Amino acid sequence: MLNYIIRRMFYAIPILIGVNLITFTLFFVVNTPDDMARMHLGMKRVTPEAIEKWKADRGYDKPVAFNSEAQGFAKLTDTIFFENSVKLFVFEFGRSDAGRDIGFDISQRMWPSLAIAVPVLILGLLANITFALLVAFFRATYIDFWGVVVCVVLMSISGMFYIIGGQFLVGKLLHLVPISGYDTGFDAIKFLILPVLIGVIGGIGSGTRWYRTLFLEEIGKDYVRTARAKGLSESLVLFKHVLKNAMIPILTGVVVVLPLLFMGSLITESFFGIPGLGSYTIDAINSQDFAIVRSMVFLGSFLYIVGLILTDISYTLVDPRIRLS
Amino acid sequence: METQGIVVITKLSARTQTTRIITLILGSMMILLTACSEQAWNNPYPDADAGKNILYSSFSDRPKHLDPARSYSSNEYAFLGQIYEPPLQYHYLKRPYELIPLTATKMPEAIFYDKQGRRLQANAAPELVDRTVYTIEIKPGIQYQPHPAFVKNEQGEFLYHHLNEDELSEIFTLSDFAQTASRELLAADYVYQIKRLAHPGLHSPIFGIMGQYIIGLNDLAKTLSPVYTELRKQGKHFLDLKQYDLAGVKVLDKYRYEIAIKGKYPQLVYWLSMPFFAAMPEEAERFYSQPGLIEKNIILDWYPIGTGAYMLSVNNPNLQMVLDKNPNYRGDRYPSDGSPSDAANGLLEDAGKAMPFIDKVVYNLEKETIPVWNKFLQGYYDTSGISSESFDQAIQVGNQGEVNLTEEMAAKGIKLSTVVAASSYYFGFNMRDEVIGGLSERARLLRQAIAIAFDYEEFISIFANGRGIAAQGPIPPGIFGYKDGKAGFNPYVYDWRNGQAERKSLEEAKRLLAEAGYPDGVDKKTGKPLVLNLDITASGPDDAARLNWYRKQFKKLDIQLVIRNTMYNRFQDKMHKGTAQMFIWGWNADYPDPENFLFLLYGPNSKVDVNGENAANYQNKAFDRLFDQMKNMENGPKRQAVIDNMIEIVRHDSPWLWGLHPKSYSLYHAWYGNSKPNLMAHNTLQYKKINAPQRDEKRAQWNQPITWPIWLLLIVLIAGTLPAFVTYIRKEHRVEREADNA
Repeated sequence: MLNYIIRRMFYAIPILIGVNLITFTLFFVVNTPDDMARMHLGMKRVTPEAIEKWKADRGYDKPVAFNSEAQGFAKLTDTIFFENSVKLFVFEFGRSDAGRDIGFDISQRMWPSLAIAVPVLILGLLANITFALLVAFFRATYIDFWGVVVCVVLMSISGMFYIIGGQFLVGKLLHLVPISGYDTGFDAIKFLILPVLIGVIGGIGSGTRWYRTLFLEEIGKDYVRTARAKGLSESLVLFKHVLKNAMIPILTGVVVVLPLLFMGSLITESFFGIPGLGSYTIDAINSQDFAIVRSMVFLGSFLYIVGLILTDISYTLVDPRIRLS
Repeated sequence: METQGIVVITKLSARTQTTRIITLILGSMMILLTACSEQAWNNPYPDADAGKNILYSSFSDRPKHLDPARSYSSNEYAFLGQIYEPPLQYHYLKRPYELIPLTATKMPEAIFYDKQGRRLQANAAPELVDRTVYTIEIKPGIQYQPHPAFVKNEQGEFLYHHLNEDELSEIFTLSDFAQTASRELLAADYVYQIKRLAHPGLHSPIFGIMGQYIIGLNDLAKTLSPVYTELRKQGKHFLDLKQYDLAGVKVLDKYRYEIAIKGKYPQLVYWLSMPFFAAMPEEAERFYSQPGLIEKNIILDWYPIGTGAYMLSVNNPNLQMVLDKNPNYRGDRYPSDGSPSDAANGLLEDAGKAMPFIDKVVYNLEKETIPVWNKFLQGYYDTSGISSESFDQAIQVGNQGEVNLTEEMAAKGIKLSTVVAASSYYFGFNMRDEVIGGLSERARLLRQAIAIAFDYEEFISIFANGRGIAAQGPIPPGIFGYKDGKAGFNPYVYDWRNGQAERKSLEEAKRLLAEAGYPDGVDKKTGKPLVLNLDITASGPDDAARLNWYRKQFKKLDIQLVIRNTMYNRFQDKMHKGTAQMFIWGWNADYPDPENFLFLLYGPNSKVDVNGENAANYQNKAFDRLFDQMKNMENGPKRQAVIDNMIEIVRHDSPWLWGLHPKSYSLYHAWYGNSKPNLMAHNTLQYKKINAPQRDEKRAQWNQPITWPIWLLLIVLIAGTLPAFVTYIRKEHRVEREADNA
């Protein structure tokens, strides 16, 4: 298995280079270094000299991808692309265009993102499995029918509506929790209740439908028929046998998203004023801070690859028939 | 039987136990929810802050810079203005705006010298003046806020200026330093800050303009540039500006310094009220230049250090920024000279009292307007702007156009404050464009025709909820040179009828268009329809309606408007290259002087030639000559006459559609006192006051939790699933019975 993991990590290198190249190309197609300088230096009284100085200080005065004036290998290395990309592979994110240490900012901002993402994942999983089991258990009854209807309705509603509606109903009308904000430690709980609740409710529709499908597929298998034939009650069949076997795709689906929990939620963090990595990325895009954008895209890609590797590993743990080679 | 009985008892016991556990959990939750806090459940602030003299506000974008040499935006000045103190300030209550000393003992006097170094009289003609010297004397005894940069050990060495790794390992924010100290404000601190404007690493936005005036500033920048480059190569950050002289700026003694500028530039005193010219202790820059602190983002651009009424005690712009009262603040007095209306509005009740009145100001990050508005209505923010979404909820416009609060707002005791901003949002023509630009009669008539057809009154009504006034020229109200009423209307676009300016008829616009050579929007020479291009950056959902409205205005004259919607950066690029034909632009006043608006049309300030702020690239020699004359004049009838001439020229040439001056509406609660809009002053927080007990009472009254919908929802869910469970239990029993029977 170790060999497999090492090999997969090596495969990741060209993928990350490719992601970095695409990010770089897309960013610099839209924004020239001059544009970035203007954005950072402000609207009023910006002189061409100030723009040149700003670029020189951050290395944006070099050619973008190929330095024809340099000698030998420096034609490729003495460029904006190389100098901004190579350090990412040792997780040196450097400083933002505004001058702040990106690694430090990420280490500070990942905790609020996790404070929302982890409860949403766990509670969402519990809620989705519970509702899916409920509708699977009462399949072909009015509960199954109306459960599916409710799920489709929930899936059809925009995530933004949940947020604005939730803030209006729970925060504004009922006065049960603060509308927005954040705090550290235990004081954060009252601020997390609403975004977590909205995150869970917003995911119930699709989650329940997906898990219901998994459960129904398992219910139709031979071993379930055998269990019933042995005289086991329906609840025992469902909870002891079906749930256990259906957990394999559920578990692997969860493992793949685990590393990405760090990256935060763009809209939720913005509406609830939560200082996580989602709003960090959005702010960087809006302010054309390429240093942060490339770091966050790189980190997101890396974590996604880690998630896929973890998924492969988790298969071997939950299904003894699978071997990594 | 006995065995069965035991089983039944066990089952009952288990059920009873489960019921008890559920009851216990639910009970605990209710107790937790109700008893854990005496405050309303939706109170976003710590219970410990209840009843305290704290002002709550919000910010939507984190400040880019908090270094006074770099910062140049209003959202940054909201913080910096309370912390850093320049020598001058604006009087809080007086209108028109009046400069008064802040840390200076008196207003600096301009002394003029000719080329031979002879002193000239105060009314000397500008062409005779070779240089002007301002001597500024600051008040003794002013202390800096407590700060670790000032701490010295017993040997008199700075304790925190050479931090090692062990010491740094404990430090994550500025508040982690165990000791703080202060020192007296010196004239040398002001001189040091002026040198910082030429610092190659800081990119001060006013270096360009100040380099034109302050003697030696450009030379200093040239000297510093290679030195700084070498330092950076060595991995060092601190550039010791004390080692380099700035020819025009000198320390005279402990409390006096002088600034010498080239020629005459009366507007310098306005700059002296801005944070660019605030004091900066050299110790701070030395302290913040340590690589270990820079790695932890503990930098001067992030942690200001000043002598003002407040100090930034929490700087987490990802979440919250907190200003605490500076314990070393000298306690300047609330002004006692205001207008009769100020007295009537209770703005002189605190006259002569030591400021600031508020102990702490908490700014929370709010990216969206809806949460801010709702929290304002709940009493959790003390003031609020009015977004377009909440305008109808807050404001009702009467039949006569009078603006009032809605009943809902009035019932809450909310108050409205309105002021016309010292800003202009205009529609510009590129005067270098072959079709629409130039000073030819054809192009001028074309622009005038468009100016009449383009109905800004309608625009303000539709897109700004009436929050603005149609501009009659480049100068907004509140700035010297602006004229109201009949004396100030634009006769090229309006007629004066029934005591008010009425836009000329569309027929008049069409007549001008035909005279220009475009009858019915067709070019007489080519026979082709006239097509004009508007370069714009519009990406929001509301922009489509606005763009359609623009098209409609041109359609009135049968002119086809092509909207070239581009990214902001591309738009900037077009403006710099002069390839945009028409554009929409704006300007906020730096200071209350007509020069700060009329320079937007000054020829040598052209965007294409010198990257200046004359975005229309307008050039008229007569206007430029008058501008050179006007900029050095004192306010008075003579200056007004020159300004009138200038405005007549630009109205005639019409390089802009004069657009609108926006009107700012803000709301504040009854417990928020001493509120008077001041568009120029930056240090206004110290004047404000809060009635915290009244706020607490209203918050409690407005935020009673409502729980019945939750219980109702639970009952509905239980009732909905109950029949299914009953069916299931019956089914299970049936299976068991069938199994038993089998």
